[in-house]
Amino acid sequence: MAYDLSRYDGFSPDNYREESPFKIHGGCGLMGICDESGALMSGEEPIRAMAVQRDRGNGLGGGFAGYGIYPEFPDHYCFHMMYHDLRARDEAEEILRTRFTVDHAEPMPTRPVRGIHDAPILWRYFMTPRAEVLEELDHSAEDFVVSTVMEINARVDGAFVASSGKNMGAFKGVGYPEEIGHYFRLEDYAGHTWVGHNRFPTNTPGWWGGAHPFTLLDWSIVHNGEISSYGINARYLEQFGYACSLGTDTEVAAYLFDLLLRRHRLPVELACTVLAPPLWSEIERMPAERAELMRSLRAVYGPAMLNGPFAIVLGFNGGMVALNDRIKLRPLVAARSGSRLMVASEESAIRTVMPDPDTLWTPRAGEPVIARVKGMELPFHSTLHATPAEVSCAVTAADACHELEEVAV
Amino acid sequence: MQQTFVQPEFRVKIDYDKCHKCGRCVQQCGWGVYDFTERPIPHDEKCRACHRCVTYCPAHCITIEKNTLAFRDNDNWSADARKAVWTQADSGGVLLTSMGNPKPYERIFDKLVLDACQVTNPSIDPLREPMELRTYLGRKADSVAVEPDGTGGFRLAGDSGVARNIELAVPIVFAPMSYGSVSLNVHRSIAMAAERLGVTMNTGEGGMHEDLYPYQDHIILQVASGRFGLSPEVLKRAAALEIKIGQGAKPGIGGHLPGEKIDRDVSATRMVPQGSDAISPAPHHDIYSIEDLRQLIYALKEASGYRPVGVKIAAVHNVAAIASGIVRAGADYIYLDGFRGGTGATPQVVRDHIGIPVEIAIAVVDQRLRDEGIRNHASIIAAGSIRSSADAAKAIALGADAVAIGTATLLALGCHLCQSCHTGNCSWGITTQRPELTRRIDPEWGAERLTNLVNAWSHELQEILGALGVNAVESLRGSRERLRAIGLDEQTCRILGVKPAGL
Ligand code: SF4
Ligand code: SF4
Ligand code: SF4
Repeated sequence: MAYDLSRYDGFSPDNYREESPFKIHGGCGLMGICDESGALMSGEEPIRAMAVQRDRGNGLGGGFAGYGIYPEFPDHYCFHMMYHDLRARDEAEEILRTRFTVDHAEPMPTRPVRGIHDAPILWRYFMTPRAEVLEELDHSAEDFVVSTVMEINARVDGAFVASSGKNMGAFKGVGYPEEIGHYFRLEDYAGHTWVGHNRFPTNTPGWWGGAHPFTLLDWSIVHNGEISSYGINARYLEQFGYACSLGTDTEVAAYLFDLLLRRHRLPVELACTVLAPPLWSEIERMPAERAELMRSLRAVYGPAMLNGPFAIVLGFNGGMVALNDRIKLRPLVAARSGSRLMVASEESAIRTVMPDPDTLWTPRAGEPVIARVKGMELPFHSTLHATPAEVSCAVTAADACHELEEVAV
Repeated sequence: MQQTFVQPEFRVKIDYDKCHKCGRCVQQCGWGVYDFTERPIPHDEKCRACHRCVTYCPAHCITIEKNTLAFRDNDNWSADARKAVWTQADSGGVLLTSMGNPKPYERIFDKLVLDACQVTNPSIDPLREPMELRTYLGRKADSVAVEPDGTGGFRLAGDSGVARNIELAVPIVFAPMSYGSVSLNVHRSIAMAAERLGVTMNTGEGGMHEDLYPYQDHIILQVASGRFGLSPEVLKRAAALEIKIGQGAKPGIGGHLPGEKIDRDVSATRMVPQGSDAISPAPHHDIYSIEDLRQLIYALKEASGYRPVGVKIAAVHNVAAIASGIVRAGADYIYLDGFRGGTGATPQVVRDHIGIPVEIAIAVVDQRLRDEGIRNHASIIAAGSIRSSADAAKAIALGADAVAIGTATLLALGCHLCQSCHTGNCSWGITTQRPELTRRIDPEWGAERLTNLVNAWSHELQEILGALGVNAVESLRGSRERLRAIGLDEQTCRILGVKPAGL
């Protein structure tokens, strides 16, 4: 059995599924900040950046992901878990302990915050894969982590993996982001990269696991937008085996990044070009070699183009990428102050954190803003061989897992 | 001779009070309806209702009416059914006709509606924002491989690019119609229009007349079962080659161009003797299975210096499996011709009763190719019949890469759909080789009308994309989520992959 969504207040899985696998509409606010020197920033900063963008959400979802936040366990996989009850915790822990050496496990530190209620049981685990299990399965560590996430999401009733990377974690739930941030005591953490998100869904899943960011391994994604090409994007991904079961644009964007970066091994700049490609008229003005590349990317990846208004921030251990749609229909502002690069839906968010930036600009349509922490590699997960269906299941815990299960049986 | 039981279908009425007695109608009618003795005298039984005389009568004094003879009501034995029996009892022959299936089968395009953006995502104004229709036809790589270009950027690695694709400025191409079935002036008009529009024309099975060579980069050369007009030299001229297996108006049926139509020019282009019948067998005599098709595809690629090779088939029951085989055989595009597609001559029984609607064919082929993970290996051109930009948009949303227009092309040149192309007497100078008739089409005029038509449809497609909130046609292509069905049964909706309106 998959995670039983119906146990959360105000949430009816039937309502939820009625819209999926088609479309859930919504608007949002987002932010991302990265100190390229690797210096750490308190989690208070992303909270303040999201707090001034409160009106971009409606209290039905807020969340953050922080990188570099667990210096005491830099090489451990850290699982942030959501449980509905203790039985779910026991079952999930059983799986974790047979597969990993758990060096540290504890409840997530939280504090009571007005406006936050019906929180699931929240735990975190710092673990390393058991060498003998890894060997037996002949898996890379990353494959092993993804299959564990899937296993828990698919088979443990009432358990959900909120994040599963190294030296990072996702903090998300139902509420305004500043409430969620304070609830999770983000001010006690320090990270070199943070992303934050505020939701305005026009339906009300009210499910903690459904808040953003979406994560898998080191990747996290937040998204503000409404992708008018959703239908063909989803059909394109299905051709590769991804299952777009939540009906959200974020899910589609996450799978497209997985496809382009990990499976097709495109450089991140070109993956962004695929999602928000230049106009043909611009391509014709490029030097021949580049024009030929752009033509081919557009022709081959036409169904992957995200058409319609969006702004996305993709966070990873060592940086972030922010991207706007090809004709800039959603806001995205960027600024640099010393070694810090920041993006947000609104300039006010930037000015809150960096009152006097060296430069502040509005990134051009389709032009990615890329921040890279010095000395850190871009994680391409070249040792991850998970199939798209497995990735879908790990990310969403929803219908995809049922299907996988059926195939497995 | 025995009196035929079949009465004239139309009545040609002339208001003699207004008639100038100029005789123009006599000269305009390709079917010799009129005698002239002091005034024009019509022989109703020859009239095809092509409206050529009506259009050119300076006094506007001709009307063509239906001959509304009363028959005893019989829902089962329609007047047409009775007439068909009488005609065949007269002649003992197959009933011949032309153009597409006119029967009142369900028109699925008319039961599909498109979406538009409201509030949650913005529509886009095509008059102010770019709205891109460019389309590439042909095999696409599964992924694009790149390598560093040495200056911090990247360039294409290997041959994962689209250099061998056919570039179309808009996703509307001209459908195959052979020289021989249509006149050279029609071919010239279409070729000029294709070049101006940045799209392609298709020679049909009759080869490429040398007057078309200047436009060869916009010409797809058809290779049909008669193999007319093919030589190593011509194969290398075309932008792409197309193996014609079948066509929507006559699936499974060959062709027969009577010797009278094979004049010196047609004979030279088709490479057949002047005055002898040009017969296209029903199957290709070297294609009796999918492996044979593969051989021909690769033989043509080899002979043409690796031009894209497409395969045209009629939409029939098992079209999805057939299309999958064709794609796996190496075709760069697959041309699906629905049962409404037109033709210059076909047995009526075949035209009216064989084949399936193109809407269904697009939906099942696109889905099958996706299920098999080979959708990108070939493009889909849909035809038969695309009547408007709305049909084109719906075909694209169902999964077609581009649409082809044949009947609409001829309509733009004057055709009135009188369904008499097989007689070779087209008053509009389209489907005839009689010089006094073919003269009626000035290629320059024809090219302008065709350019206008495709430009008009392209603007409408841009309006549709803008309403849908996307600015490139690839975001509509296959996006069935933007379609809804009104009044289609559940099973058909499921096959189309389209939800009923309201869901
Ligand atoms: S063209 Fe019109 S006006 Fe002239 S003879 Fe015929 S009917 Fe009369
Ligand atoms: S066949 Fe055409 S041109 Fe001839 S009389 Fe009839 S409508 Fe007029
Ligand atoms: S092309 Fe000519 S003969 Fe054929 S239907 Fe059109 S008008 Fe009639």
